[in-house]
Amino acid sequence: MLMNVSNLNCLRADKLILSDFALSVVAGDCVILRGPNGAGKTTLLRYLAGLTGDYTSENTAFSGHLDGIKSTLTVRENLSFWAGIYGFGNIDPILEQLSLTSLQTRAAGDLSAGQKRRLGLARMLLTDADVWLMDEPTVSLDTATSDVIIDAIKTHCAAGGAAIISTHIDMDIPNARILNITDFAAKQSDHSDPFLMGDF
Amino acid sequence: MKSLILRDLKLAFRSGGGFALTLAFFLIVVMFVPFGVGANLDLLARIAPGILWIGALLSCLLSLDRIFQLDWEDGTLEALATSPIPLSGIAIAKATAHWITTGLPITLAAIPLGYLLNLPQQSYLWLFASLALGTPALSFIGAFGAAITVGIKRGGLLLSLLVLPLYIPTLMLGAQVASTGTQNPTQLLALVAAISLLCIATTPFACAIALRANLR
Repeated sequence: MLMNVSNLNCLRADKLILSDFALSVVAGDCVILRGPNGAGKTTLLRYLAGLTGDYTSENTAFSGHLDGIKSTLTVRENLSFWAGIYGFGNIDPILEQLSLTSLQTRAAGDLSAGQKRRLGLARMLLTDADVWLMDEPTVSLDTATSDVIIDAIKTHCAAGGAAIISTHIDMDIPNARILNITDFAAKQSDHSDPFLMGDF
Repeated sequence: MKSLILRDLKLAFRSGGGFALTLAFFLIVVMFVPFGVGANLDLLARIAPGILWIGALLSCLLSLDRIFQLDWEDGTLEALATSPIPLSGIAIAKATAHWITTGLPITLAAIPLGYLLNLPQQSYLWLFASLALGTPALSFIGAFGAAITVGIKRGGLLLSLLVLPLYIPTLMLGAQVASTGTQNPTQLLALVAAISLLCIATTPFACAIALRANLR
């Protein structure tokens, strides 16, 4: 088992939005998080990544709404930096896999939205983390670029990894599990102020 | 950590990186003093260490908000926080890179600028030593302030208010070391070094807590 979470309570701005969240992820799993805007998909992913809350995240890599790209550095410099952080060796195969080789000397600030997203995804490939946590990885992308990203996720899962993805589009990933997080939505009275409720 | 320091250095020297701004600001502050004070050589010699130290402190302050703010805005900090490097390690790397791009050039530039302010000959070595040993404290205390205010848009004022009081001991001791008539500069210099060492040893952990809280 790559990840086992139980009894996770998620707060956003001091308000309980998910309670008793439980999830087990095994190798090859791809979990698609569904739920309307504001249901807590991003909050949940940040909890699972260990950015928020007490959950100790192990073996995960997180990609949020922003790609973490420096516009004054070239594509290659951006990626080499992350390779240094994760202790990854040769980045050429990664550049090749995401068709960034021809762009490697270009400043990242001159890339299109889709190219930036691909560069952002390249960082995930550098980590040796088994579980990828991705927050709307295909937002604002055309079908071709979305397919590159979906292919990378498929390859990662097929190689014994796993992914937990929040998305609004239908991803063509075999054996993907749909998880509707509104099932874990907290009853709002759970966390309300006892003073306002008249209990005191 | 090494790649983080190298990347920060690279970013500082690229366009809009802030390296030139800090150094230029230091040069301007110090070079304008003789014009304001007048060509009174005795007076200049007396105030030179204080002016150089205040110049160093203000130029350092100017670049503090860059330490974490830019990484925060483009998502790099989030990605770094989930990387294998602990947040305190990130803080050490960032503060070190900040020192290399501000404290170190300021220390080196202070020597020719001391000549401009008629700094007495015997003070050059002490000035150099006090800046070299004192500016790391400025960078590490500054990183702590920057970590606390990282999520705040245009938090420059708050950052200054937080950091400036903490700079006062370093400023007082540092300027005193290089002043003429100081009886025991070695002891004061040791105190300056002690402040820097204390800051290097403690502020990264405080930074980590502040960053963790701001990333929520």
